Amino acid sequence: MMNNKRAHSNSSWFRKGMKDGMPIALGYFAVAFTLGITARNAGLNALQATLASLTLNASAGEYVGFTLIAAGAGYVEIAIMELVANARYLLMSCALSQKLSEDVPLWQRLLIGYDVTDEIFGISIGVPGKLNPFYTFGAIVVAIPGWSGGTLLGVLMGNVLPLRAVSALSVGLYGMFIAIIIPAAKKEKIIAVLIAISFGLSFLVNKWSVFDSVSSGMKTILLTVLIAGAAAILFPVKEQEDDHEA
Amino acid sequence: MKHNIYIYILIMAVVTYLIRVLPLTLIRKEIKNKTIRSFLYYVPYVTLAVMTFPAILDATQSTWSGLLALLVGMGLAWFGASLFSVSVACCVVVFLLELLML
Repeated sequence: MMNNKRAHSNSSWFRKGMKDGMPIALGYFAVAFTLGITARNAGLNALQATLASLTLNASAGEYVGFTLIAAGAGYVEIAIMELVANARYLLMSCALSQKLSEDVPLWQRLLIGYDVTDEIFGISIGVPGKLNPFYTFGAIVVAIPGWSGGTLLGVLMGNVLPLRAVSALSVGLYGMFIAIIIPAAKKEKIIAVLIAISFGLSFLVNKWSVFDSVSSGMKTILLTVLIAGAAAILFPVKEQEDDHEA
Repeated sequence: MKHNIYIYILIMAVVTYLIRVLPLTLIRKEIKNKTIRSFLYYVPYVTLAVMTFPAILDATQSTWSGLLALLVGMGLAWFGASLFSVSVACCVVVFLLELLML
């Protein structure tokens, strides 16, 4: 039966998503823990900080938000800053929209939109061919408790977790990014070149004091648009590769 | 306090959700334009690369442990290690190196 087959593949994608969500949850826990400390310093209680993490799922967005709350900023100001801090998700969601079949229903799109983070996006876009949304759902189910639980404990327990453990856990997220981009670089030389250029320009922009006043979210957007835009014009992707993939 | 923290959180959540959900719901068809398709194809790799470096060097207590984690992770990923093992290996490298150094 077709329906049985689809249900089976949905559940196996869900389980795969949960498995790949584990390292994300671990990394989230560490990052969210430090975020919880920031939230407490900004005057939020455990409920408020956890609510923010449950509804935002955005490290930079929450960090900016908490600092602005501490400063007593206006509502419009905080809305604009969220827009700037999270604008990279707009690009990611555009890319993700092309990874979904046209027949993916609205409720599944609304659910994916709840948690388009650097990491969930990263593993979702890394799936070969079209994305089965249940893969993303599986990862979200595992990642959310890591994120909101980490925030909660960060508020409640402050600096109890040893610094050495936080330090080690915090590279876990980057390890995931590396695991996504490197295999693609191995397959396509142009991607390897783009990664090298991205590393170089990102290093320059982040270490050169001229750019200090630009927020890190903005740097990410500008460099992405610049490098991916130039590559799209100079090295357009050959169409048959996409067909092959699907 | 002048401002209500729950209203702050509501505004932050709504803005952030709209940014994420609008492209996913509004762009339902496959984009035909070759340049835009290529752009969106390259975006993930560029943006993940930009976010990884040099941020990984500053994420740890020591720049060297971050750098070693990057190199070990790249090596393992090149030879086909899974997402999970690359991620855990990076954490282990940092933990061990900082145990020795600090």
